[in-house]
Amino acid sequence: MNPRLRPDRRVLLGLAALALLMAAWALVTGALVMSSLEPAERAAVEALLGARLPVAGMTLVFALLIALVAFNALYRHFIVAPARLLEEARIQLGTDTERPLTVQGSPENRALADVITGFVEQRARLRADIAQQVALASRNIEQERSRLAALMSELTQSVVVCNLDGRVLLYNNRARLQFRALSDAPAVASGAELIGLGRSIYTVFDRKLVAHALENIRQRMQRGVSSPSAQFVTTTRAGQLLRAQMTPVRGVAAGTADNDPDAGAGSISGFVLMLDNITRDFEEESARDKLLLRLTEGSRASLANMQAAIDMLAYPDIEAAMRERFHGVIRDEVVALSKRVCDTAQDATRGLKARWPLEDMLGADLVSAALRRIEALGTPRAHADEVDASLWLKVDSFSLLQALTCLAARLADEYDIRSVQIRLGPAPQGTRAHLDLIWQGQTMSTETVMNWQMDAMQIGAERSPLSVRDVVERHGGEFWLERERVRHRAFFRFLLPLASEREQLDSATFVPQGSRPEYYDFDLFQTTESSRGLADRRLTELAYTVFDTETTGLNPAEGDEIIQIGAARIVNGKLLRQESFEQLVDPQRSIPAASIPIHGITPDQVRGQPTIDTVLPAFHAFAQDTVLVAHNAAFDMRFLQLKEKRTGIRFEQPVLDTLLLSALVHPNQESHRLEAIAERFNVPVIGRHTALGDAIVTADVFLKLIPLLAERGIHTLGEAREAAQQTYYARIRY
Amino acid sequence: MTYKILIADDEPNILISLEFLMKREGFDVHIARDGIEALDAITGQRPDLVLLDVMMPGKTGFEVCQEVRAQDALKDVRILMLTAKGRDTDIAKGLALGADAYMTKPFSTRELVQKVRAMLEPAA
Repeated sequence: MNPRLRPDRRVLLGLAALALLMAAWALVTGALVMSSLEPAERAAVEALLGARLPVAGMTLVFALLIALVAFNALYRHFIVAPARLLEEARIQLGTDTERPLTVQGSPENRALADVITGFVEQRARLRADIAQQVALASRNIEQERSRLAALMSELTQSVVVCNLDGRVLLYNNRARLQFRALSDAPAVASGAELIGLGRSIYTVFDRKLVAHALENIRQRMQRGVSSPSAQFVTTTRAGQLLRAQMTPVRGVAAGTADNDPDAGAGSISGFVLMLDNITRDFEEESARDKLLLRLTEGSRASLANMQAAIDMLAYPDIEAAMRERFHGVIRDEVVALSKRVCDTAQDATRGLKARWPLEDMLGADLVSAALRRIEALGTPRAHADEVDASLWLKVDSFSLLQALTCLAARLADEYDIRSVQIRLGPAPQGTRAHLDLIWQGQTMSTETVMNWQMDAMQIGAERSPLSVRDVVERHGGEFWLERERVRHRAFFRFLLPLASEREQLDSATFVPQGSRPEYYDFDLFQTTESSRGLADRRLTELAYTVFDTETTGLNPAEGDEIIQIGAARIVNGKLLRQESFEQLVDPQRSIPAASIPIHGITPDQVRGQPTIDTVLPAFHAFAQDTVLVAHNAAFDMRFLQLKEKRTGIRFEQPVLDTLLLSALVHPNQESHRLEAIAERFNVPVIGRHTALGDAIVTADVFLKLIPLLAERGIHTLGEAREAAQQTYYARIRY
Repeated sequence: MTYKILIADDEPNILISLEFLMKREGFDVHIARDGIEALDAITGQRPDLVLLDVMMPGKTGFEVCQEVRAQDALKDVRILMLTAKGRDTDIAKGLALGADAYMTKPFSTRELVQKVRAMLEPAA
């Protein structure tokens, strides 16, 4: 029977009730009628009706059948239709599906269905609206973030932003370079062991020093200072002098951030450190002090000697021999004093005098900027002459360009010079450069040159308070006119300081990067040092060092050695490709020819590389405060542990093994080799079988494993380690 | 009476003049060319006054001054410090360590003589 037509239980119950009611009515009515009759009449009725009772039964059944049909129709119309509507509405409520509702039943029911459809549509519109707003907001945030990151990475000041636990959540390229200079093993770890997202700033700075500075800032904030900041100077392990300026990152109270700027002003959620390596400034400062001291105290003694001698010479009755001795003293001291003054002057001009902040600039860049400026004037035309592209200058480019432009303009205006050239070359002394503004033809008198130097500079409509002479002095340089009679031309020559070698290096390595590196992770603001043990921390919130080693063979106990270590970091669920570690190691033994095809490292490559005694401490520093992850970790750990005694370096942090974790989530897979897993997860394999390449593949695999582990109820480090222990592979020992 | 004066300085160019000057003033003049020599001379000769240069090899004038003041027997020796260190902190240090007077180089010899006399004959 069609289930739609089968009567509902309730209908049947109603029908039974109706039947009972009708039967009861017939019986009661019958009984009452019978009781009012005389016995004879009763017998007559019984005789009359008794034979016709089946007819009554049949009419009853007939009536009931009609009632059933009617009941069923009513039921479908008034009960089933709303019930169906209810079900369909529930589906819409519980899920996101939007299907048209079945419109049936009573007019009220139909209207109700329309209303519900209206609500569903409204909900869909609202959802779409919210989704759009969320998308827009996150796009704005993303834009702001990347704008900030871009800004930071271009800054020439090094900036580090930390949360209150001292975890780094933003740093810029300059800071990275600076920390490389601070690194104990700059060649090996290149500072990546000091600075990195999620790393603790306290590896560089004393925790108490930072706490003290923060306390100062808090006090100032309580006193209502509007922009509190604190400064401290500290020496690093590498002996460098760092000055840090700290400003607070104020907490933003949720919800009230937009309309109430004071909300949450009392709380600090982190701090910004601006770092300056003042080692050299300090050295210069002391050198300057020494110079001053030499000039004052040294001269005092000389002057005293002379004065005393002169006083003695004033006595009229002095013997000739004695007089000669006093003269000798004076001559002596004059010579000494002159020499001192000369030396001091020389030292002082050797860049020490130039107090004006000068910037490092590639000389070729300065020349091309000058050419553009002069060309912009209209006349004269400007061209580059010989330009030494290797020279780095230490200049105040703004005022220097003004000077060049001003001179070129005057040449055009007053001497009708139509074309000039700019030349840059090293000065013979070696610490300075010649920057020449050359022209063909008429030259001027020395007096004119003097005037041009002293006049305030005029560049187009704008007038500078400075003169050419001021600009030259700002550089601790010189300026003069030279004539080349043979070639019938003349030039103004600027003698300018060169940038010192270290500065050149800094500037050269400071190249804006094409792809914006991930130097920030503001989500770290939310994370706080949890009091829970590591084992209870969630896998998603831990920092990891994923590493791999290449070795001469498989048996460390029989003398096989590490020849390469590569490692990548995972912080806040993101692989930080910028913060990697890769180092070849001199194994101080031969590399078996059979192993070379596997790791691709030849004996030539490891020759001259640092030994494990240098590399292991650097790697240890790189991996501090993180959980170690490796594929088949037991193997790599064996190599590390065998070096414990010799290097005194112990890797005590917890270790996770992607091989075991893979076996855990995919117990039925045959292979848990790294390639096989990577293929399963569709992880691109690049540079496989270099230590860093493998480490990155392992890291990618690990990141895919975390959600799969979560599906199996494995959320924390402790759970992951325990589950891994129990897998079959855990019983294999190397 | 003739006062005995010790001149302690490592610079011969000032010794010549000071020796000449003090002899002319009628003092009994002795010479020391470094700190150790100066201390020996002070304990041995018991001069009435020492012209003590601060910057000397062996022992600095400050050290000599301090050691002299540590010996009770030498408490009558007057000390006039001569120095090229012109900072007031140096002067304060010299006086704190027991010098009776302090003169900064360069000085006029006339003033020096006046000062020496004033120190030797406070009553006069």
